[in-house]
Formats: sequence, structure tokens, C-alpha cells
Amino acid sequence: MADHASHDHDHGAGDAHAEHTHHPNYVRIWAVLLVLLVVSVLGPMVGIKAVTLITAFGIAIVKAYLVAKNFMHLDLAPKLVAYIVVTMVVFMVLFFAGAAPDVMESHGSNWEKPSWVAGTVHAPEPGGAHEEHH
Amino acid sequence: MVVQHAEHAHEHGGHAQQSWFRTYMLSTDHKIICFQYMFTGMALALVAGFFSYVFRMQMAFPGMNVPGWGLVTPADYNMLVTNHGAIMIFWVAMPVLIAAFGNYLIPLMIGADDMVFPRINRLSYQIFLLSVVVLFVSFFVDGGGFAGAWTMYPPLMAKAEYSLTGTGSSVFLLAVALEFVAFLLGGINFVTTAMNARAPGMKLYDIPIVVWMIVIASILFMASVGPLIAGAIMMLFDQQLGTAFFDPNRGGDPILWQHLFWFFGHPEVYVVLLPAIGITAEIITVFSRKKLFAYKTVLNTAIGTGVLSFTVWAHHQFVAGIDPRMANIFTVTTLIISIPIAEMMFVYIATLYGGSITLATPMLWALGFIATFLIGGVTGIFLGASGADIYLHDTYFVLAHFHYTFFPIAIIGTYAGVTYWFPKMFGKMMNDTLGKVHFWGTFIGFNCIFIPLFFTGMLGDHRRIFDYTNFPELSTPMLEGLRAFATISLLVMLGFQLVFIYNFVTSLLWGPKAELNPWRANTLEWTAASPPPHGNWAVLPTVHRGPYEYSVPDRKEDFWPQNAPS
Amino acid sequence: MSAASTRPIATTRSTTGMPTGRLAVWWIIASEIVIFGGLLGSYVMHRLAHDAFAAAAAHTNTWIGAFNTFVLLTSSLFAVLAHKAAEEHDGKKAARFLVYTMAGGITFLVVKAFEWTHEIQLGYTISSNTFWSFYYTAAGIHAAHVLAGVIIMGIIALEARKNLELQRVELIGLYWHFVDVVWIFLFPLLYIAK
Repeated sequence: MADHASHDHDHGAGDAHAEHTHHPNYVRIWAVLLVLLVVSVLGPMVGIKAVTLITAFGIAIVKAYLVAKNFMHLDLAPKLVAYIVVTMVVFMVLFFAGAAPDVMESHGSNWEKPSWVAGTVHAPEPGGAHEEHH
Repeated sequence: MVVQHAEHAHEHGGHAQQSWFRTYMLSTDHKIICFQYMFTGMALALVAGFFSYVFRMQMAFPGMNVPGWGLVTPADYNMLVTNHGAIMIFWVAMPVLIAAFGNYLIPLMIGADDMVFPRINRLSYQIFLLSVVVLFVSFFVDGGGFAGAWTMYPPLMAKAEYSLTGTGSSVFLLAVALEFVAFLLGGINFVTTAMNARAPGMKLYDIPIVVWMIVIASILFMASVGPLIAGAIMMLFDQQLGTAFFDPNRGGDPILWQHLFWFFGHPEVYVVLLPAIGITAEIITVFSRKKLFAYKTVLNTAIGTGVLSFTVWAHHQFVAGIDPRMANIFTVTTLIISIPIAEMMFVYIATLYGGSITLATPMLWALGFIATFLIGGVTGIFLGASGADIYLHDTYFVLAHFHYTFFPIAIIGTYAGVTYWFPKMFGKMMNDTLGKVHFWGTFIGFNCIFIPLFFTGMLGDHRRIFDYTNFPELSTPMLEGLRAFATISLLVMLGFQLVFIYNFVTSLLWGPKAELNPWRANTLEWTAASPPPHGNWAVLPTVHRGPYEYSVPDRKEDFWPQNAPS
Repeated sequence: MSAASTRPIATTRSTTGMPTGRLAVWWIIASEIVIFGGLLGSYVMHRLAHDAFAAAAAHTNTWIGAFNTFVLLTSSLFAVLAHKAAEEHDGKKAARFLVYTMAGGITFLVVKAFEWTHEIQLGYTISSNTFWSFYYTAAGIHAAHVLAGVIIMGIIALEARKNLELQRVELIGLYWHFVDVVWIFLFPLLYIAK
């Protein structure tokens, strides 16, 4: 039983040792992530839409990249893994491209979405008990 | 190291005697799990087949008291049609073609002793079985089973006051969701096993085509089902929590559901197609004693089809009110996707050409697949052109088209695979004469059902109509005659399935014992015992060549097993 | 009970060079990308389509969202430190770091529970309007993944403490990092873009 455990262990750790001979400083990466978080929270306070978008989503992409590269070790995995991940993201962009022209449209030649056209989608007033159904 | 592993396998072979329950109900052996999926799928095919009998009787003879059901009300009719479709796709085609054949063939054909995650394999079947139970529950709840078509469009699906099956709709959705989870788990097992657990010496292009196809199908499924899972959760919330994801009166969009559904729905048809195409490849090479004409072409077209399948989905929505410019784009992509599949068919025909052909039962099914799928594919071209689709959408032309694709896939493909691998699975030979009788009865019967429906569709028969006497222009003697002819053909075809059941059961119990390799095939499963024991081989095989080395010149035998050293 | 004694030979093979468990978890992540992608894509379509939707988003609490982001990022740090310890064959240390990760996950869920309770009391329920429907659905599905991750992590930590199945520490860590990445995108989508 113990033999088996170490046997499997060697399989996993053996490869791992070859791959992870040097670990990045995980704590430093974490600190960078926190700084980026702070920037993304402060960004909207500047009030310029472009700045908000860049700090919110640009930083999100950077953070995701840092986590993927340093914590998930995506750069050490076979390239196939990165291709799989990218392909999935591409499919999502494809979905968006195919569905958005319809979903983002408030009316066509023979139809309309009443609440979209009238702009009646609004937040309820806070504090009151809100009626759940129409 | 090899010796150590060989002994290792042997140890597992000698398990202590387990109870019948533990051996067959709680097994983690991929072969047992295959049978669980296969028999469950076949049982559900009987249920869905029965549903088709009931509603076709109503269509041909409106208002009659159908034997075995009674009077078919409009609500009954909708429920039968909905569940016939959903069951055939989710609970027959997928479990049999992917889960059953995938489970059986992948470890055996790559020379492994089991799947890499046997307990997750077992879990996937258990979740699948749960989905079957939940589906059956939907038939018995207040209001009855869901009746809004397998495509589940809102607002019919979302609002109980329209569907009249408030509980049934949610229970049905839950059953579908569970089925998706089961296949996600199973798919990961298949892909990881095929990628990582191959026998020493088995390079990528030495993998049998059917294994490639099932793996690509699993990847397609995993990549496409996500948006629908998200959509299903959104739909459930619309049904039960008062959200309005798909309600245009309150900020939602019903077309969003259609996109979420068909983004999955179209790759799904290739998910079920590819295994059937793979099974056909295995059979035609063996029974024409010939190498597959262009292995890499078949592989590349399969991958190409898989990728392209993500770019065609809105051809199901041409007349739903989508942006017409998108309709143009999807027409182009839809017509393009017919090319790789056609290429595959050409490769198969080229494989058969000049071969030493034996028309045993499995080969008849494989040839029948090619013939009927060709008709299905060609008729799809008419529908893929958005202009023609304006007329043909929601007519029986569409229905005949997709039965000319789904039937070859799910029924013919299954019979091909079962009759071919029966000797290996059960250690007995099926009766070939009965097999041929069953084949011709099914094949001719099938064509007699659906050829007329192409014509009724072109003449104007709408889909999902409970009683055509409400449409005087569709109640002409010719149309009524065609509909009746189709129904009677269905009765005959269903009758011939009894031949198969009889053949299956009697062969299983009393058939002649099967040898190791009755078809004289190359692939690794034929080197294991018939049926293989737990662990498949005492010593796992090593591979030295590709799977299709048939009739190699200057060799005594006309086949050359993959594991033979020379 | 270790599964090693009943593990098939197939599981130990590695034709791609990558350990089977790691390959499987990446496939799981791939299928999860399309689940969240479908949902968030639908959200973005609504968000970009009209300003009324954006106006509804103004009522989420950015500070709570930011705090939860901090919690998850820190828990990811602990998860990768657990992986490092597992590689060094220090099962006890790995288990300890996993427990810290779990603590982060539980903190995240508790904060969310308070956040949602407050919002519901203010009248912002899942059926208030489409923004809030997406908000609760997306964050809810994410939270379900956090919960599932915490549970599985607990089971793995128990084994790791006894120096068993240490390769699984990395695997649950991979899953956890993915859940973190999803939140990295949810945070700006639900809390910042207003």
C-alpha cells in the first residue's frame, strides 16, 4: 500500500521536480495582484470612462494572466493546454458575435421588445417591499 | 517494469467472489458500464419508439382510439412528440453511441486495462440513471410531462400559464441538466484516457478511427454544452423564481434562449454523428479487407467539421426574426460544412472500391448508413440555404431530413456496432440470417416511412400538427394516403425490431461460442478473450503498426494485427 | 482508504507527458470556461445594449466586492503554497495551507451571504430586473463552485495530512485558481462597470 503511494508519488512528483525547479516568489505575485486590485477600484473614481474600462477590464486580463502563468503554471504545461483554453475563449467570442446582433436589438421590422424600447428596465426604489411579479 | 505491471494486472484479475449486485450494479469495469448505458439506452429507445407509434397513428387516422394508449388529445400529442425527440437524442443516441461504445472500445482499442478514472466512470452512469428517473417522474407530476418541443423555446417553456405543465417543464429541464453533467464527467474520462493511456508504440495515427471520433465528439460536447447549461439555469429561474431572462416584456429576450440552445444544438448533431461514422470506418475496412483509403483525411475532416460546427448554429433560426445579415453568414458556413462530411463519404466509397467485400450483417448496416446518411446530408443543403428555408422551415421536409441523418446515426449506427462487436462483448455469435432479415425489414421500412414525408413536407404539411383535418388544404386524398403509408411502414418496421430482440436474446443465451477474432480484424480488442476478463489482458499489448493493414502485399494473411511483432 | 491499490495501470500511463489528473482538471476547466462564458456573454450583451441596465448596476457595493476579491486572491496564494509543500513531500504543511485556502473560501461565502441579505432587504431581489437576475445567477453559480471547491479541498486535505495522494493538492489548487479567475472577471463586470 505504502509502496503504491510512493510509486504514484514519484510519477507525479518526478515530473513536477523536473518542471518546478524554480518557483516564482508567490508572495510577490500576490502583492502585485493586490496592487492591481487597488488600482482597479480607484480607476472609476477618476470619472473618465476610458480609464474605468482600462483599469477594470484591462487589469482583470492582466490579473488572470498572472494567476494562470504563476499559480496555475500554464507556461510549464504542454502548449496543447494553452491552445485548449484559448480555443474555448474563441468559441465564447464566436457565440457573442452570433447572438449579440439579435439580443442587443430592441426592435426589428416586425417586432419590438416593449421594456427595452420604453426603457422601463429600472432599479426598484430601495427600502420598500418590492412586488416580485409584475 | 513491464513484468511488475503484468503481475499487477493479474492480481486485479483475481478478485474475491463478489455478489451479483456488486459485480453488475456497482462495477467500475468499463465493459460493465458500457452494458449499463447500452441497455438503458435501448430500453428508452423502446419507450420513444412507442411514443412515435402512438402519434403517427393519430396523424394517419385522426381521432382513433390507439391500441395501447387510447384517444390522443392535443396535449398528449405534444407531450409524445416532445419526449420522442428528447429521449431519442439525449437518452438513446448519446448513451449508446458515445457512452456505451466509447466505454467499451476506448480502453480495449488503445490497449489499456480500464478507463483512467473508473470510479468517476461509475458515477457518470449513476448520474445518467438519475436523469432517466427524473425524466420519468416528469410524466407523472401534476399537468403531465413537458410538451413544448425538445427545443424548449420560451415563452412556452418559461411560463406555466402557456405550457400548462408548470412542474413537468422544470422536472424535464432538471433531467436534461443531469444528463449533461453525466456526459461531461464521462467525456473527460474518454478524452484523458485516449490521450494518456495508450499502449506503448501506439502513436497518434495508429489510433483506430472510431476512438478518434468518440474523443473528438466528447471534446465537441464539452466545448458546446456550456452556454446551454447557463441557459438552462436561466430558464429554470424564469420558471420558478420570476426572473425575466427570456421575457421581452421585462427586459429579457426569447431569441437569447434560441442562440444558447442552438449554439450547443448544432455541434450536438456532430457529437452523435462522429461515433457512427467511426463505427462505419471500422466495419468497412474489415469487411472489404482493405486499408482505409485516407486515414489522415478522415481525421482532418472530422476535426474540421468539429470546428466548423460552431459556426453554423443559427440556420435553425432563419425565420425566427434574426438579423437577415446574420442569416446570410450562416447560410455560407452551413453550405461549407457539407464539404468535409462529403469528403468523408467519398473516402469511404474509395475504401470499398476494389475491396474483397463480404456482405455480413454488420457490413450491410455500414453500407446502409452510408446510403441513407447521403440522402440526409444532401437534403440538408436545401435547408441550409436561407431562401429555400423560408418555405421549408417547420414542414415535414425538415423532419424527413433530420430523420435521414439521425436514424442512420442512432439506429443504423447502433445496429452496425452491436452486430459487429457482439462476439467480443458477449462471447457468442449472432445469427447472420436473422440479422439480414432484420436489416432489410428495418432499412426498407425506414425509407418507406420518410421518403413520403419529404413530399408531404414540400406540399405543405406543417410540423407539430395534431390533426390535419383542421387544415382542409392538407387533407387531400394524396396527402392523407402518404401519411397513412408512412404510418403503416412504421408499424412494419417496428415489427421487424422483434427479430433483432429475438436474435439478441437467443444468441446471448444459446448462440455458438465466439472465437477470439471471428472477423479477422486488426484492432487490439480482438486479441483479448471473448468476452475480455476484468483488466482485459493478462499482459497488456504493445503496438507495432496502424489499425488498417489489410491485404498487405507479400503477406500470407490478409490482415496484420496491430500488436503482432512482425 | 487509498485508491492506489485498485487503480488501473491506465491511470499511471502518461503518453502526453502530463500526469493524467492534471490533464483531466484542465479539461474540466475548459468546459467550465464555456459555461461561465455563455452566462457572462449574455450578461455583457444586455449590459452594452442599454443604459438602464447600467443604472441598475450602480447599487452593488464595490467595497464588499473588492474585499471578496482580496479574500480569493489570498486564498489562491495559500493554494499554490500548498502545492509547493506537496511537491516537497510535506503533507502536513500542504494540508495546513489547504485549510487556509478553505478558510478564504468560507469567508468569501459568509461575506456574500451578508451582502445578499442586505441587498434583498433593500428590495433588490433576483426578480427585480434583469441586471439583478444576472447578478444573483452569475455570482450564485460562482459561489456554488466555491462551495464545491471547499468541500473537495477538505477531503483532499484530510488525505494529504497523512501524506497520501499528495498529487491531488495541485489538482484542487488548479480548480481553485480557475474559480479565482472567474471572480477576477465577475468583479469588474458586476461591481465596477457603472
